Amino acid sequence: MAKWKPLERMDFLGKAYPRVEGPDKVSGRAKYTQDQAPAGMLYGAILTSPHAAAKIIRIDDSKVRQLSGVKAALTDVHPTGTVRYAGEEVAAVAATTPEILADALELFEVQYETLPFAVDIETAMKEGAPRVFADKANISDARVEEEGDLEAGFAKADVVVESEFRTQVQVHTPLEAHGSLAMWNGEELTIWDSTQAVHGVREGVANALEMPINKVRVICQHMGGGFGSKLQPGRYSAIAARLAKQAGAPVKLMLDRKTEFLGVGNRPNSIQKLKLGAGRDGRVTAFSAITYGTAGIGTNAGVRLPIVYDIPNYRHEHYDVFTNAGAARPFRAPGCPQAVFSMDQIMDEMAEKLGMDPLEFRLKNDANPARQQEWRIGAEKIGWAKRNPKPGSDPGPLKRGMGMAASIWWPGGRGTQAMITVYPDGMVEVRCGTQDLGTGTRTYVASVAAEELGLEMAQVRALIGDSDYPKSGASGGSTTAPSVAPAIKNTAEKTREALAEIAAKHFGVSPAQMEWQKSTITVKNSPAKKLGWKELCSLLDTEPLEVRGEWVEGLSSAGVAGCQFVEVAVDTLTGRIAVEKVVAVADCGLVLNRLTTESQINGGVIQGISYALFEDRLMDPHTGTMVNSDLENYKISGSIETPEIEVIIYDEWERGVIGVGEPPTIPTAGAIANAVYNATGVRLREIPMTPDRVLLALAKKS
Amino acid sequence: MFNFEYLTATALEDLPKLLEGNRDENVLLAGGTDLLDRLKERLIRPKRVVNIKAIAELQGIRNGDGLQIGALTTIAEIAAHADIRKKYPVLAQAAGSIATPQLRNMGTIGGNLTQRPRCWYFRGREYRCLKKGGGRCYAVEGLNKYHAIFGGGPCHIVHPSDSAPALIALGASVEVLGASGSKQIPLTDFFVLPKQKLRAETVLEPNQVITQIIIPAPKPGTRSTYLKFREKQSLDFAISSVAAALQVQEGRVQGARIVLGGVAPIPWRVPAAEKELEGRPLNAETIAKAAAAAVANAEPMRENGFKVILTRNLVQRALENLMKE
Repeated sequence: MAKWKPLERMDFLGKAYPRVEGPDKVSGRAKYTQDQAPAGMLYGAILTSPHAAAKIIRIDDSKVRQLSGVKAALTDVHPTGTVRYAGEEVAAVAATTPEILADALELFEVQYETLPFAVDIETAMKEGAPRVFADKANISDARVEEEGDLEAGFAKADVVVESEFRTQVQVHTPLEAHGSLAMWNGEELTIWDSTQAVHGVREGVANALEMPINKVRVICQHMGGGFGSKLQPGRYSAIAARLAKQAGAPVKLMLDRKTEFLGVGNRPNSIQKLKLGAGRDGRVTAFSAITYGTAGIGTNAGVRLPIVYDIPNYRHEHYDVFTNAGAARPFRAPGCPQAVFSMDQIMDEMAEKLGMDPLEFRLKNDANPARQQEWRIGAEKIGWAKRNPKPGSDPGPLKRGMGMAASIWWPGGRGTQAMITVYPDGMVEVRCGTQDLGTGTRTYVASVAAEELGLEMAQVRALIGDSDYPKSGASGGSTTAPSVAPAIKNTAEKTREALAEIAAKHFGVSPAQMEWQKSTITVKNSPAKKLGWKELCSLLDTEPLEVRGEWVEGLSSAGVAGCQFVEVAVDTLTGRIAVEKVVAVADCGLVLNRLTTESQINGGVIQGISYALFEDRLMDPHTGTMVNSDLENYKISGSIETPEIEVIIYDEWERGVIGVGEPPTIPTAGAIANAVYNATGVRLREIPMTPDRVLLALAKKS
Repeated sequence: MFNFEYLTATALEDLPKLLEGNRDENVLLAGGTDLLDRLKERLIRPKRVVNIKAIAELQGIRNGDGLQIGALTTIAEIAAHADIRKKYPVLAQAAGSIATPQLRNMGTIGGNLTQRPRCWYFRGREYRCLKKGGGRCYAVEGLNKYHAIFGGGPCHIVHPSDSAPALIALGASVEVLGASGSKQIPLTDFFVLPKQKLRAETVLEPNQVITQIIIPAPKPGTRSTYLKFREKQSLDFAISSVAAALQVQEGRVQGARIVLGGVAPIPWRVPAAEKELEGRPLNAETIAKAAAAAVANAEPMRENGFKVILTRNLVQRALENLMKE
């Protein structure tokens, strides 16, 4: 099995170094899909349904087409003619300016037959509620996961805790909206797409347009985030392509924030009824959960329970609930923040009943060897021993508290291909059809190659974000680094082998006699027979060397631990929770770049705080619409909400590359809730923990 | 098509004529921080937009016996003004709490007083609510966490201005120019409830503009403060706010003005709370009574009961802060 060289011999990996595209980004040279503006480009937009449920009876686009500046219109973009949420695609148009486009959208005459709807989970679950799908009940069949003997487990328990938790629907808020620029050259289609999967969009668009795949090229050079919502091809890409074809001009179709919120994904909510049993010895004996969640018109609203802790006997029964709302999509650690929010709180509730320190209780029930260390490191860093011993005992209205919660993640790497080209002048290009959704992928594509070839980063040009490059998967599930980095290393190793053969031939020896030292190659035991990198590459004469490689086992691993400790201050007069400090212990394996790793962990924590305290998709049950479909009313954490974040990188390079994107957002909400309890003596079992909820809970207590 | 005439006015006296007619058809552009949103969302489709930024008389802060602030003075200027910070802290604090640095640099005091409500049903294009000439207030049955706990009905918006409660606490007036010349209107009479006027929040006629804000010199012993509560500190309108100005002499409150923001369709003065303080010393007991009196007549909706608790606590905290001075 392949292996990384020891960390102490690394030039780049394990260290901190700036992004290769940093200067382009800060100077504005980096062009995102949103920035593209080829000559003659038209602006495209989608008309969406204002109704939560309706049959489209008729769409008349004659006035649209008469408007000067309109170059294309589509009235057949909806596959079935029955819209199931406000915000679903109904028609599309392309025009020469955004202003004409806005006028054009108002000129479609659409006749709807409105249908009854249920936009929130409570309404949808009621007996006799309007059905989202005529042929399916709103509540799905139970999905059951179980292990051991639940009854026996609870029978063994000395203490049983029961609690109900709720989490909200969170919408994705990448800075750059979803969207595509579609350009035809004869029968060939090029799409610039803000996507987490250039190859996936290529396949999706080819399928949707019934085109041969080799006529479609998808490019994404830089992108402003996705968080899982851009893993799949959207209807908008094919719509942009069809508009472009009709107009005979490139069409850029970027969603506006509202359409973004309504239609291209979200994290499902949850209602969780939990029961936990443990013995006086502090060992958990049994756990049961009944959960409900809505993924809108989609499925997979599951909560990953049980999670983190070792539970010998458990049963989890889950029901998906359909609602007339946009379908969920993967969102940074699907199912996990919801699960840890409840699991780590019920663990604290149990610890309190057992009279145990929550840290000690966790150490007893968590077999993960990395996390055993990480819990202790985090506790030390936050000063756990100094925490408020009696919840709510601070004098005065401002109360401080500490809490903790765990992190976990599963997937590792998977198939990725790459190609390295070495030019006779010594310069190197690495091609890989992955994409950088802002995490720093481009930078480690260059650094892994430079590391293996013994070069400087400046000698290596990383080419990614293009479906013309060797195939790599979607950037999701924290799989990108453990997929891509091994493929680049493998390709670089093979490049060295190919170069060694050339050098061997030059010296008239066998390749086995060649020896590398950084980028210099020598014949073993003949120090005079030596070629520096430039000399070696010049042997290529006029033919660049092209070498292909792929993901191999041994350089990455699956299974990620981690934990977070937080300190909060709760203003009991206003209900405001201020997170003052977060210690994020992140399980990192081999760190590819300390700077971008820390940056991702910071981002995960900030997004976790945002989930815990602010974000909430608010659906008006009477109109079936989202009332806060803008960034004023859909509140996300800002700079002032961001606390001191101490990132502790728990690195074990021997484990190889593991994904770090998702785990750091998992524990934050649960840790904050536990800290709020420690501060106030009031347990908040629903997020977001907004001031209204805090004030009402405090009022109820007193 | 949605086009409009764009004019830059250079003479103050031209404004009433340029703005004559329908208030949504002829609109005034100053900082633009509210107007541009409403234009882009197509909540209004004006025929004429009159840029007033070139009118010199509307600029600047004049400090004499009291204070005159030109309507075009930016929020940032007010927040940073040394004399305002010293003598009228409630106003400086209110200005400093508005929106973000970028918006404070653009937004004007005149615009802050005349901005339209933030109610999501009013701002959402798909709802034809009462305020937009429609048949109902969606907040009554709908989502009303941020709506009014005082003075609501038939529309339940809250007034979003931070500067307005502060200015009312200071006893300020606005000078208004109309077709028949200028007049002063005390700010207590400037804002109107939906039951009096549904489609606007002030007494201003479409052809009237605020030219300046006039603040009387503070009486001896005056202390003031503004306390704003928002969910998100980086950028948020007030969920509830308190502007308090007290004249304290010889250990007793001689005069009190307490005005709430974010809780009623207009800045909401609470005379009952003021009475609890007047003629009495400022102590824990009188503060508690005043805070309770401030919310005694609250009429919360289904989701905004917390604003009653919050507002009481904010009044208490604001007065405690003034007691410590």
